This record gives sequence, structure tokens and C-alpha cells, in this order.
Amino acid sequence: MSKTILTVDDSRTMRDMLRLALSDAGHAVIQADDGVAGVAALAQAGPLDVIITDINMPRMDGFGFIGEVRRHPLHRATPILVLTTENDAGKKQQAREAGATGWIVKPFDPARLLAAVARVSP
Amino acid sequence: MEAIRQTYFQECEELLLAMEEGLLALENGADGETINAVFRAVHSIKGSGGAFGFEALVRFAHGFETVMDQLRAGQLEAGGDVTALLLRAGDLLADHVAAARDGGAAPEDGEVSAALAALAGAEGGDEDFAPADFEGLDFVPLQIVVEDAPPAPTPMQGWRIRFAPHAALYANASEPALLLRALRGLGDLTVAADVSTLPALEALSPQAAYFAWDMTLAGDIPRAAVEEVFDFVTGQCDLDIAPLTFLLVAPPEADAPQIVPLAQVAPPAEKAPEKPDRKDGESRQTIRVDLDKVDRLVNLVGELVITQAMLSQRVAECKIPRASSVGNGLAELEHLLRELQDSVMAIRTQPVKSVFQRMPRLVRELAAQTAKKVHLVLEGEATEVDKTVIERLGEPLTHMIRNAVDHGLESPEERRAAGKSEEGTVTLSAEHRGGRIVIEVADDGRGIDRARVRQKAVERGLIPAGATLSDEETDNLIFMPGFSTAKEVSNISGRGVGMDVVRRNIVDLGGRIVIGNSPSQGSRFSLTLPLTLAVLDGMVVAIGGQTFVLPLTHIVESLKPRAADIQAFGRGRNLLNVRGAYVPLVMTGEILNVPDARPPSDGVVILVESQGTGRLALAVDAILGQRQVVIKSFEDNYRHIGGIAAATILGDGRVALILDVDGIVARCRDRIADLNDLQPTGT
Repeated sequence: MSKTILTVDDSRTMRDMLRLALSDAGHAVIQADDGVAGVAALAQAGPLDVIITDINMPRMDGFGFIGEVRRHPLHRATPILVLTTENDAGKKQQAREAGATGWIVKPFDPARLLAAVARVSP
Repeated sequence: MEAIRQTYFQECEELLLAMEEGLLALENGADGETINAVFRAVHSIKGSGGAFGFEALVRFAHGFETVMDQLRAGQLEAGGDVTALLLRAGDLLADHVAAARDGGAAPEDGEVSAALAALAGAEGGDEDFAPADFEGLDFVPLQIVVEDAPPAPTPMQGWRIRFAPHAALYANASEPALLLRALRGLGDLTVAADVSTLPALEALSPQAAYFAWDMTLAGDIPRAAVEEVFDFVTGQCDLDIAPLTFLLVAPPEADAPQIVPLAQVAPPAEKAPEKPDRKDGESRQTIRVDLDKVDRLVNLVGELVITQAMLSQRVAECKIPRASSVGNGLAELEHLLRELQDSVMAIRTQPVKSVFQRMPRLVRELAAQTAKKVHLVLEGEATEVDKTVIERLGEPLTHMIRNAVDHGLESPEERRAAGKSEEGTVTLSAEHRGGRIVIEVADDGRGIDRARVRQKAVERGLIPAGATLSDEETDNLIFMPGFSTAKEVSNISGRGVGMDVVRRNIVDLGGRIVIGNSPSQGSRFSLTLPLTLAVLDGMVVAIGGQTFVLPLTHIVESLKPRAADIQAFGRGRNLLNVRGAYVPLVMTGEILNVPDARPPSDGVVILVESQGTGRLALAVDAILGQRQVVIKSFEDNYRHIGGIAAATILGDGRVALILDVDGIVARCRDRIADLNDLQPTGT
């Protein structure tokens, strides 16, 4: 089923890879290039199925952005996947405490990305 | 994928610049945001690099990132040695990126990697960052298996699972139904919901968790696979996984569901947007546009300007006074068009920073190789120039900086002996001056040794032994092809390619280069370049009833020759006596096959500087004026024509060809060569 997915990442390469993989699978993709832009996108977007966000970003990082989502009247219940290169439990725990639903360990291939999306969204 | 690869390297370039900038800022004291920016740059390069399988790059970046992370966390102090190491690491990372892009061998980074690891290990002490971690980290895609799973158990018949979500699981938007569905994908699943803790409706809290599930999962399934289903919700639920052969002794105590207010779960994110980290420039919004689109726009605006000029001329021909409403409207149109043209040209411009930024590294390397102490000063990095100019500026500037450090600056001992500070200064500056950009490379070294330059030029046969040259003319000898003042070919300033190539590059860009030289106090090379390549300052001339444009950058002077100054040596071979010096005189009309050109004694002669052949006199009928013209490329629309650089449309709508001086020289090279042999010696 086609989903509407917001991706928040300051790396153009990563945004392109996400967009390509997700739109190839038939999903609609909204892109934002940092936490602040992500919050702005939340205000404009209709219901979202999944949000995918990076952690290390200028202006507002992923943890801050996840907090904003979880406080948002419309989007608070949207599943959030964080992109992390950190394979360590500390970063995942921190993301979880911030309100993340799950994570995707970079680098990922499209199949793994889509599997992660399917894990958090019907 | 290839497009993304390109995006990646483009982005890497930007990130490397940001990193370098940050690292240089670290030299002058570190603030949190600078360290953060460097960390993010390294992190992004590493993060995306892994997707392309650049393992050497990723491994190196990881060590670098670890140190930056510790700096960020305050576990490490930025200071002399650390900053120097980080700068070296930055250079190496750039090399890694270049190697990955060009498919070359990864640079040797063992020493720096080890130093980074030692730094991280010595001061961080956190086992997460222990050097051994590098090996264990898996950057190969598709690695999912959780490491801390117990050694693969002997195949079981299945699992009994009790899953009781906490409120936090729901708060994070996890969906138990999806987890159950994932379990069902593993094997034969039987589910029983435990609703025993569900209170009466009025006591029900919408944010609490009440359900639990007891499941049996039959099949030959590794424990890790089951645990993996729940890895997103670890700590947010009570989870018991036991082999089917064992019975669950007792269900876990039914904890009162923990309700954690959302605000407490989330970090204090309100602070983030208020942070005053919008440094100048950072908050600017940008979009990426295909260069072709911009060029199309530039072209269209050019056409528009021409049309407007035509319209103005027609209106003037109709004797409509300037003060009339039509005249006023036209004046307003002209004014707006000028602004539009400037704005459109500005789209193509970029700060010279992107080129300047590469120089600190170059100077560091040169200083190390030559054992000199060099301080590089950058000024006017924000000055904007056309993108194409910027792209073609890198090579000449690199060469000039090399010269400045290698030839210009003295060794610390020599400097001390000369009463200067041991550290030499090289200044690279850019500024706008009168519609052009002036870039200067200055050093406070020994200056150009005129006696040696002269001697060299004589040795190379570039000038006769007894020639009298002014200081300026002597300095300019270094631009002669094949000239090199280095006693031996040094491995820094290159061999063969010298200042003549630099000058050719600059002239090709429509620019000029001037030397300011004061012996023992240093030298200064000033490049004057047009802001854009879309327009050109030209001299409009008439030849046999046709109109041509000569690029102003080539013109030295124009004069009206007397018949007595012209000496003919057979058909088409003429010399012009210019204040005692003889210059080949080219009958431009003849070369271009324009009939009815006036004889030079009746017209005007324009002295031009050409590449390779030196000065040359072009005979034209008359000078019509000087103006800025919009360049219309021939190659794009037709094909290359020798002697013609491009075309333009004049205000009256006529097409004029822009002459290519070097091309004209090439078309009559044999005649000029003959004439140079006839040259009276001693000029």
C-alpha cells in the first residue's frame, strides 16, 4: 500500500537514496533537510504514515525533532524510524527515549529500508 | 545510482569545505557549534560513503569522527597538537574521498589513524570508542543479526512468548499488531490476549497499556529471530521468551502500567529552535538549479537588452523626444533591464571562497616540504564571481601560491638575516573594482631578482644580450614561454609549465595579470578578471564596411600611422615602426577576406598583445567606439571558425563578429615568422 513518508536528513545523498528507494516502492515522499525544516513540514503535511529522520543535523537534531513530533497534535502517533550509523545500543536507547519507534542502521539497501518501514506501519 | 554517486561526491566537496573551514576556526579557539559542524561533516561523509562500499574511507572517517565526537562531548580538549592532527586527518579524508571518486588507491592513513585512535583511547576511555571497536563495526550492508544473541541454540520446536507492552511502547507509535504479524511470519503462531488488567470503562486511561499476549510460536526458529522482532521495543514491554518444551512458571507480575507523560519522555527540544546558531549565511535559503536553465535565462536577458537597444534607436529615429511618455517608458525599461541583467548574472556567481579554501592546505604542505614558515592571509573570500571563472581560477592560483612560497619567500634563516620575522606572509585577496574582480597574490619575500631574470632570459635566447629593458619589462620576462627562474627544477613549482601558462589561463578568461615587484620586500601579482564570461568589453571597429569587435583585454594601444612608418616586404608582409620598435603589421581585412578595406596609412592601427608571437599591429579602417557586448557563441550554434571568437548583436540590430586575436595570428603565422626574422636587432 502506498504510504506518505516524511524524510528528514541534512545529507543530500541520503535524501536522494531514501527518495529513490521509497518512491520506487510506490510511496509518496516529503523531504526536509533538518529538524527545523522537518517541523515546518509537519505543519503543512496531512496525515503521515512514517517519518524517517537522521540524528546528526544542524539547527535541530533528530532527538529534538522526534520530541516535536511526539508533541504534535496531528502527528504524535506517527511511527518514527531514526537513521543511525551507530550500531551501539547507547544511541538506539537514546533514540527510543526520545520517542523513536525503530531505527535503520546505515548503510541500508532498499529492501532493508522497506522492511523497516513495514515493521512500523501496516 | 550513478546520479546519487555524483550527488554524494558533490556533497562531499561541500562537506569537506565546511570541515576545513571548521578545522581552521578551531585553530583560533573552538566553540561548540564549530566542533559540531566538523563532526556532522565527517559523519555525513562516512554515513553515505558506507552505502557505496568505500570501506577504507569509512574506516578512516570513523576514527576521525570518534575523536570529533569526544571533542563535542568535552572529553577531549582542542589545542595545538590535537588541532594539527585534526587538520592532517581532514586532509587525509579529502584524499580518501578523491581516491574513492577516481577509483584510485586509498591513501596511506595508518599513522594518522593510529594517532586518532590513540587520542580517542587515551582521553575518552569509553569502551564504546575503544580502538578495537573499529574492527568490530560492520559497515557491510545487510548485517541485521543482533550481536549479543547467545550462541545459536540447538534447533527447538518453538517458543512460548509473553508480551506485555508498556505505555511507552504506544507513546513511541509502535503497534503490537504489527509485531504479532511479524511473529506469524516466522512460524505457526497461536495468540491469546490477556485482558485481565483491563479496568472498567470509567477508570480507563487512554494513555495506559492494559493488554498482554501469550503466544506459542511453533517451528524451527532461532531465538535471535524472535528477539529481533522485538528489538525496536526493548525496554518498552515485558517480554519473556522461553523454549516450548519448558512451561512458563508464572506470568510476570502484572506491573501497574507505567504511564510516562510524553513531555517527560522527550528531551527538552524547545531549546533547540531558539539557539542562536544561525550564523551569517547559514540561514540563507538556497535552491539547486540546472546550469543550463540559468544560461538560457542569461541568454534571453541578453536578447532582451539587444531588443531594447534596437527599440530605443528606432524611437530616436522617429524623432520622438526623450521627455515624451514613450521616451520615459523606454528609459524606465532600460533601467529595469539593466537591473534584471545584473540580477541574472548574479545567479551564476559564487563566492571565491570555494577556491580560496583550498589554499591553506596547499600552503601547509608547501611549508612542510620547503621547511619554511608561512602564514597565509585570506581576504575578501565572500567576493562573488562567475562560476566558470571560479572553476578556472584554481589552477593559476595554485601555481602562483606555489611560486610565492617556493621562490618568493626566503628560508627562516635568510629572513632573520634580512631583519624580517621568520614567518613569511602570503596574502591572497579578492575584491571588486570597477566592474571587474581583482585577485592578488602577495608575499613579503625577496621579490623578483631582476638581474637573475635578465640573465636567464639571455641564456634562453629570449632577449638579446645587450637589450635595454625597463624594470617592468624585466619583471614581465617571467611570463615568456619556457621561462623558469628556479636554479634547479624544484618538485614544488613544477617543471616547464610556468607563469606563461598562468598568464594564458588568465587571458583566456578575459583577464590580465600585472606584477608589482619590490626587490627584498616581496612581490605582488594582480589578476584582473571580468565578473562574467557572458559579456565582454570590446572595441568596435570597422573594416571594409563591416563591423567587428576586438576584446579590450588584448589591446595595448591604438594609433594612426603615417605612411612613412610602414615598411612593406612584399605582398602582405609589412612592418610598422612604433616609436623605433618594429612590429608585424597585419592587414586584418585581407586575413578575414573583407574586400574594400582601407590601406593602413589611411586607417587606424591597433596594437595587440598576442600569445606566443608578442606584439602585433592590426590594421582596421576606423574605431567606432567601446562597449560591453553580449557574447553569442559560434561553437554552440554553428562551428568553430579560426580568427573569430564569437558573435554579438549591436544596438542597431547588426551582427558583429568578435575577433580572436590569437586565431588571427595563427592564420598568418608564416608571414609573421618571416617578418620576425627581418626584425632589426637590438629592439
